[in-house]
Amino acid sequence: MFAKAIAIALGSIAPALGIGYIGAKAMESIGRNPEAAGKILVPMLLACAFAEAIAIYALVIAFSIK
Amino acid sequence: MSESANSENQTELVTEHTLYAEPIFELGGFTVTNSLFTSWIALFVIIVIGVSFKLSVKTIPGKLQNIMEMVVDKFLELFDSVTNSREKSVFLAPFVMSFFFLILINNWMGIMPGVGAFGKIVSEHGENVFVPFLRGGTADLNTTLALASLAVVASHIFGVVAVGAWTYLNKFINIKAFLEIPKKVLKDPTVLLVNPIKAFVGLVEIIGELAKVASLSFRLFGNIFAGEVLLASMSAIMAFAIPIPFLFLEIIVGLIQALIFAMLVLIYVSISTTAEEH
Repeated sequence: MFAKAIAIALGSIAPALGIGYIGAKAMESIGRNPEAAGKILVPMLLACAFAEAIAIYALVIAFSIK
Repeated sequence: MSESANSENQTELVTEHTLYAEPIFELGGFTVTNSLFTSWIALFVIIVIGVSFKLSVKTIPGKLQNIMEMVVDKFLELFDSVTNSREKSVFLAPFVMSFFFLILINNWMGIMPGVGAFGKIVSEHGENVFVPFLRGGTADLNTTLALASLAVVASHIFGVVAVGAWTYLNKFINIKAFLEIPKKVLKDPTVLLVNPIKAFVGLVEIIGELAKVASLSFRLFGNIFAGEVLLASMSAIMAFAIPIPFLFLEIIVGLIQALIFAMLVLIYVSISTTAEEH
């Protein structure tokens, strides 16, 4: 029971930090150049999904522990 | 995993989301699971829409054709940003967009009303388990693993066809690097050190291909399966108002994951079809 909780808890520290960093950089670059907001959106979403995938790996492990 | 026990007739009914898909019927020795059945329905929907659209294409477009042309144009622009060549995008677009639409419809089938609601009760290991007839297609690891391996194998095939078998083989098992050593060692002695390293990097790339398959399949499977479990947990708390924001989240996640899968397939194929520069 605790193994599931620890697996997902430790596994989502780094992706959370990563996504926060990606979002922060995206906000900064939109602030510098508001017209590029549409162009920045798609690569930012792509990068967020990659970072999220690591958390999902941890989640799958948490689900498959009995 | 959410377990809701209904005591009816002194028996408890177990409804929980299993990692594997449950079989619902057999077709002459081939077991059909509920995820497979839902994927067939999604495929049927796509084929019907595609064929009926193709038969009604006119030179002066009506409203529906206008919308579809806009969608295709936006996609081709998006693909151009990766491949940097319109004719390559047009060549690869059918392959990549079929991934996109199949995964999108499969993801959204998981949140359709009626999916996961109707089912039958089987008794397994002495307790009654509820097996739904329909379940989201991509919530089964088999589907996503099949799609991911298909994409990676296809990228290799595209690469061999585009660049030639010898050049493509040298991207992984870098025999050319070893053959070049005797030719260049007099002019440039660092070649003795650098080329074996290049050959080793090529071997490591083979492991990278397996990692591609694993990451593609697990990303999609994990997102959709976790969404299912999340919705079930939220509905167990209070089934009326609470699931609404999570349903929105699932709609968006389904769209984004389909887009990510398609873009990654495009990136892998366009990397393997470009010749290496020195």
